[in-house]
Amino acid sequence: MELLFTIRVALRAIMRNKLRSLLTVLGVVIGVCAVITMVNIGSGAQISIENAISGLGTNMLIIFPGSMTKGGMRTGFGTVTTLIDEDAQAIRDECPTVQLVSPIVNTAAQVVYQNQNWGTSIMGTDPEFQRIKNWPLARGEFFTIQDVKASTKVCVLGKTVAEKLFGTQNPVGQIVRVKRIPFRVIGLLTEKGQTTFGQDQDDTVVIPYTTAQKRLMGITYLSMIMASAVSNERIPDAQKQITTLLRQRHHIPKGEDDDFTVRNLADLTATFTIITGILTLLLGSIASISLLVGGIGIMNIMLVSVTERTREIGIRMSVGAKPNDILLQFLLEAVLLSLIGGGVGIVLGIGLTAIIAYIAEWPTPISFTAILVSSLFAAGVGIFFGLYPARKASRMNPIEALRYE
Amino acid sequence: MNNFICADELHKIYSLDGQTEVYALRGVSLQVAQGEFVAIMGPSGSGKSTFMNLLGCLDTPTRGTLSIEGIEVSSLTPNQLAEIRNKKIGFVFQNFNLLARTSALENVELPLIYNRVPAAERRQRSAEALERVGLKDRMHNLSNQLSGGEQQRVAIARAMVNAPALILADEPTGNLDTITSVEIMNIVKELNEASGITIILVTHEPDIAKFAKRQVHFRDGIIIRDE
Repeated sequence: MELLFTIRVALRAIMRNKLRSLLTVLGVVIGVCAVITMVNIGSGAQISIENAISGLGTNMLIIFPGSMTKGGMRTGFGTVTTLIDEDAQAIRDECPTVQLVSPIVNTAAQVVYQNQNWGTSIMGTDPEFQRIKNWPLARGEFFTIQDVKASTKVCVLGKTVAEKLFGTQNPVGQIVRVKRIPFRVIGLLTEKGQTTFGQDQDDTVVIPYTTAQKRLMGITYLSMIMASAVSNERIPDAQKQITTLLRQRHHIPKGEDDDFTVRNLADLTATFTIITGILTLLLGSIASISLLVGGIGIMNIMLVSVTERTREIGIRMSVGAKPNDILLQFLLEAVLLSLIGGGVGIVLGIGLTAIIAYIAEWPTPISFTAILVSSLFAAGVGIFFGLYPARKASRMNPIEALRYE
Repeated sequence: MNNFICADELHKIYSLDGQTEVYALRGVSLQVAQGEFVAIMGPSGSGKSTFMNLLGCLDTPTRGTLSIEGIEVSSLTPNQLAEIRNKKIGFVFQNFNLLARTSALENVELPLIYNRVPAAERRQRSAEALERVGLKDRMHNLSNQLSGGEQQRVAIARAMVNAPALILADEPTGNLDTITSVEIMNIVKELNEASGITIILVTHEPDIAKFAKRQVHFRDGIIIRDE
């Protein structure tokens, strides 16, 4: 029997019992829709976490001063003052896999504007800091390399600090005092929000690191160095080059511990990727169960349909339908039911994903793998659960089938 | 033997629940020549329906041999039987057995579909068959919108559309009134005489049996009279 004609016959049989077909298909619709939505939400969660992490900085590496071994005693992190400006310049000049470098000096201080004051963190940085952190300005401008060289008393405010001191007023051009030293506000950073760990990144004042060293703290060393690798893949290379360079500069003999630590966010990203991957798999498997239930619904209805249409099967056999013709007819009906269900499920799934993406403000990319897999799965469900009823139909005795009332 | 149908010592035993055996046919031998019109008569339970099922390749005998047009059918596979039903045999049943909610034309097309006839030719041949039974104007009506006589005429059109050598009619007038019965029998007779199709007709009405040229009487699974 021609396939096209068989499809038409199957479609007509489906249309003959609209409500029943609709309810049968609904099981598959919900199953496929659930699989697609769950997988999309899962990968949306993955991307939004990745974005949050890369928001901390692009391909960022952080070099902390580390522990120093002195006569068998290891002193712990941050206790050494060996990390200096020249180290940062050397990394910039000699490590080809490093793109941007910024020395960082951290301190905390009270910032005063007229009768307002606010205790916040003061960050001394290089202009490259802004690019490493991917942190655009809302107003004004960032300080330049000239400001760093001249240790200018200028600052860029984080959004939280600006709100606490100025309210809704434009802070750019105003003078604030840090430890009684007047700083001219030249820029306002955009809101960056909290880190993944709940720290408010906007509660900060950024000044040239030389200014922080000389005018605020009276030190010559650095709190840390921020750097960015040329690409995500080169992070391990950059880490290696920096380590080699710094060990050499700090004259650390072979076998001794580093007096610094190079950290990157790749490990963090990897961990979260694994977690969200497991989550996606879990959601997907739960959704698959509903697809399975939908398949059983199809089998149920096909069995009823075969019994109901025993007479039709008898007639077809009496005019010369072979067992395989009957098998194909009922199998195709089941497959069509599940494919229709799959198609509607895909459309609904994409729609639902878009709605959730809109409400949750998440990037939820449509996973084509999920669509492909669930359509194949839907067809598979149709074949698997349609085969038994179709075989039952094809093995009927034509005489008994003709006599069936 | 050059007989069209040659049944030799056919036995059919049904076994109910695996123990009780029912002897439906106890050695039936019958020869029918091509182009004959045979009526098979007998009370219910005489084995005539069982014999028809064997002739129609819907069932196979327990013992004995049956050949149709020289083909031994008692040992064929279900697929081969389906092919013989499709190409050589047309059925007309007492209760018409048309597909419900399907047009007359599509009902007639059914044997051609399983014979893999292309759609255009299928349509044309079906329309011709319906025209021959006088239903040209009603070919697009659904089967359940037709009267009993019209439904039986659709069934006859379906039986002959594949140009079979043999038409088996099992009580074709059983559900029809006398006038319609005569109309139907005239169509059957015309098929026999004009197209030379062999007809085997099961009936228990002597008036209907008179349309045939030969009457075979069954009782208790054997032939008791052949005239």
